[in-house]
Amino acid sequence: MGLLLARVWDILTRRIDSFLFGVALAIAGVGLITLFSAADQSIARVWSQATSLGFALVLMWVVANIPPQTIARAAVPLYALGIVLLVAVALGGVTVNGSRRWLNLGVGRFQPSELMKVAVPLMLAWYFQKFEGRIGWKDFVLAAVLIAVPVYLIKRQPDLGTALLIAASGFYVLYFAGLSWKVIAGLATAAAAAAPLIWPHLRDYQRERILTFIDPTRDPLGAGYHSSQASIALGSGGVVGKGWLNGTQTHLDFLPERHTDFIFAVFGEEFGLIGNAVLLVLYLMLIGRGLMITAGASTLFTRLIAGAITLMFFTYAFVNMGMVSGVLPVVGVPLPLVSYGGTALTSLFIGLGILMSVQAHRKLVNT
Amino acid sequence: MARFLFTRRGRTDGSALASPELKNPGREAYLFRRRLTIVAGLVTIALFGLFGRFFYLQVVQHRHYQTLAETNRIAIVPIVPNRGVIRDRNGIVLAQSFSAYTLEIQPARVKDLDRTIDALAEVIEIQPRDRKRFKKLMDESKSFESLPIRTRLTDNEVARFAVNRYRFPGVEIKARLFRQYPYAELASHVVGYIGRINDRDLVRIDEWGESANYKGSDYIGKIGIELSYERELHGTTGVEEVEVDAGGRAVRTLSRVAPSSGNDLVLTLDIKLQEVAEAAFGTRRGALVALDPSSGEVLAMVSKPGFDPNLFVDGIDTANWELLNESPDKPLLNRPLRGAYPPGSTIKPFLALGALSSGKRTPTQTISDPGFFQLPGAAHRFRDDKPGGHGTVDMYKSIVVSCDTYYYVLASETEIDDTYRFMSQLGFGKRTGIDIEGELPGVLPSREWKRQRFSGKEFREEHRKWYLGDSISAGIGQGYNAFTPIQLAHAISMIANDGVTHPPHLVRAVRATGTDEQRLVPPQPTQTLAVKPEHLAIIKNALVGVAKEGTSATPFLKSLYVSAGKTGTAQLYSLKGEKYIAGQVDERLRDHAWYIAYAPADKPRIALAVLVENGGFGAAAAAPIARQVFDYVLSGEKKPGPAPAFTVPESEDQSD
Repeated sequence: MGLLLARVWDILTRRIDSFLFGVALAIAGVGLITLFSAADQSIARVWSQATSLGFALVLMWVVANIPPQTIARAAVPLYALGIVLLVAVALGGVTVNGSRRWLNLGVGRFQPSELMKVAVPLMLAWYFQKFEGRIGWKDFVLAAVLIAVPVYLIKRQPDLGTALLIAASGFYVLYFAGLSWKVIAGLATAAAAAAPLIWPHLRDYQRERILTFIDPTRDPLGAGYHSSQASIALGSGGVVGKGWLNGTQTHLDFLPERHTDFIFAVFGEEFGLIGNAVLLVLYLMLIGRGLMITAGASTLFTRLIAGAITLMFFTYAFVNMGMVSGVLPVVGVPLPLVSYGGTALTSLFIGLGILMSVQAHRKLVNT
Repeated sequence: MARFLFTRRGRTDGSALASPELKNPGREAYLFRRRLTIVAGLVTIALFGLFGRFFYLQVVQHRHYQTLAETNRIAIVPIVPNRGVIRDRNGIVLAQSFSAYTLEIQPARVKDLDRTIDALAEVIEIQPRDRKRFKKLMDESKSFESLPIRTRLTDNEVARFAVNRYRFPGVEIKARLFRQYPYAELASHVVGYIGRINDRDLVRIDEWGESANYKGSDYIGKIGIELSYERELHGTTGVEEVEVDAGGRAVRTLSRVAPSSGNDLVLTLDIKLQEVAEAAFGTRRGALVALDPSSGEVLAMVSKPGFDPNLFVDGIDTANWELLNESPDKPLLNRPLRGAYPPGSTIKPFLALGALSSGKRTPTQTISDPGFFQLPGAAHRFRDDKPGGHGTVDMYKSIVVSCDTYYYVLASETEIDDTYRFMSQLGFGKRTGIDIEGELPGVLPSREWKRQRFSGKEFREEHRKWYLGDSISAGIGQGYNAFTPIQLAHAISMIANDGVTHPPHLVRAVRATGTDEQRLVPPQPTQTLAVKPEHLAIIKNALVGVAKEGTSATPFLKSLYVSAGKTGTAQLYSLKGEKYIAGQVDERLRDHAWYIAYAPADKPRIALAVLVENGGFGAAAAAPIARQVFDYVLSGEKKPGPAPAFTVPESEDQSD
């Protein structure tokens, strides 16, 4: 009996990186606690998120047990499927608030761009793995096209935020694959130079967000409202915060989107600078562990995918906290593992599962 | 850390997907490791950067954001105090406040105003006039102000709206205090009304230093007692600190300072007497001021026609406003204070008293009245209205029969500035100082006055000079003389009380609500007339003669008291008294009828001045009104019979 239990325990934990798992659960725990406050102490919402968490953990376990080579095989079909779905959205997607981002699946709506967040780095990692050793500048050009197609399709939905995030995830793969510093410098210069050219092509609300970012007091009751109220929430929290469930900005409805994209403002208001420091440290631990796994990865594919996933965690966390604290424009990026939403939580834990798979299977590949 | 990260790194060859190695794997690993290190560095810097930002927000700027959060959270809500009640001298309520529900729209929060109002009209009855009034209010106010579209909602309407409230953002039901004037037109000019605070009122409030106290107040006194005693009536605004959510809804009360109600006022007015007096006017236009001669208390003050002050409280609608404002009857004109009329023969007893005082006349000195007066060397005849004249006339007779010639002669022998000095003591030509606003000083002519009056460039020196002819006209209360009814009431009251009185006033006491602590309005300094008692007695005797055997004997036939009075008929000059309007007999140009009187003659309890506009002879039109008022006060007769028809002609000059 004891043997059986030990065996079950072994199966359950063998591929699980306990450090990564522990940190991720801690962050998700912070998320649930904050959500309870943000949802005005509605246990139903916390329960719904916890259910998603359970489901995500199962998927994480499953993915962690799949060898990276198998995962790599899914890259091309996933990418192809993603492109098809994006085209389908462009042709007959559901329009909400002026953006055509969703596919109606009868049972619910599905956002193909979510799929692309995983598919693009997978596809690129697979590609570089496939031609490892023979990589030339032409391959980087082709990789750029592989990034550009979905980015363009998503940008015209329009969903500039997601398009940029996907471009970033692709870029991370290129970076780890050894993209020349000259090209990176060139890209950075080109991006800076292109800004004035892109401006006329932006939608009004996009321009508005950028202008508001530059000066949030421009229209404090309109476009700047989210940003101003979030800064007030954080700033009024002070060093120790107003205490759990005591945030006035939160509980008097001044904070918009406080379950999802702006949940960090709730956290920062109630737990203060100390709480924020703890959360930053947790993310730093998560990313650090991810980078360690990346460093230890045994194949080019696993190195690239682990590096890209780790940096995406960083990017989401940084962009979200930067947005809430007013140093970045308002874009729809959730705080990883904390914001309310089953889809995001699930895909993040799948990402963690891939990291764990990379870590767990490095020796197998070696032998 | 970097070393730790990379120590476990294995060889990559042998992977199923690995391609043949062309490059040096060691160098490749070195490059990859370098890139990872750079990333690790950038991530750390970025997260530290975020921490720096949090530090800035939560430590450096903490106070600033804390203030903003508090401003978000806490709203200071003023609690409007209950306005004081206005009562008459017997405690009858003339103005009171009550609470009622109003339906209010905040235009700034409503996108399509017309559509919203249309939709509202399906829930709650909204008349076209409500819409018009709302539009007018909107033009006068700022768009973030909450403005009433319907007032005095029934409970049923409140319930119906409450159910539909979610459909109407920016529309709310509010409990407001309303002012009600139970007697409507009665004494409307005295009580006045309140109305919405406008920009001019705001300036006034600011000058008082009361801006804070008027936070939340929508109404302020506009005319009458409501205006002049605004600061007693208003009260002290309370404050409630409430926590509000982002939608502006109050969540809970944090602290509360209760308002204290405005003080109640007890007027000197007797509303029953006022009712009798106003009824006595019937449909005629005019004014009446009745005073208690010993104290200067105003017992009744009539301005006919009046208006319904209730119309003004919620903002008067255009139709009613035009009706009042454009009526030739001028219902909005406060005649007792702002109507300046030639006093006509009512001036005679005062001039006679002046002549006695100065020694120009003795009571027994007589003149022979041929029916007219001629200035030496002039052809023009100042006519007495009794053809052939009154014969031999002494002072008593001059008052009793109102002999013009007597006063023509007196005027021709008296320097106008002497007349001016004496008459000034009686309060003519200056405000009596009654405690409501808007009083006009009228005109008591003098040489200096004429010079000032015609100082404009369009006049020549000959216009500015005082002529003897001016004195003659002025000598019978015509010419430049223009007195207000309250001036005449005040002057006759002074005579009645033997030359001593107080300025007229309308408020008797101020009573703090709750404590019922009553504070009497301190009497204004006494005014004394510098005349000898025996001279006063002569005049008073003559005034009794007027009512007994003189021009007003008929209206006072069989009265149960002895009264004293003087009739007057004022020829129509324009109110400013500069130009005589030729005597066409248009109804509106007919003479004004005056009567000034007091009773009982030996111990006066009431003194009054009555003016009936275009009423014709004073004895016929004005004296009967005085009789009804006296009867009510002195005989307790609630319903005096109709004034008898009579035709005793009054001796008055009809031409100049």
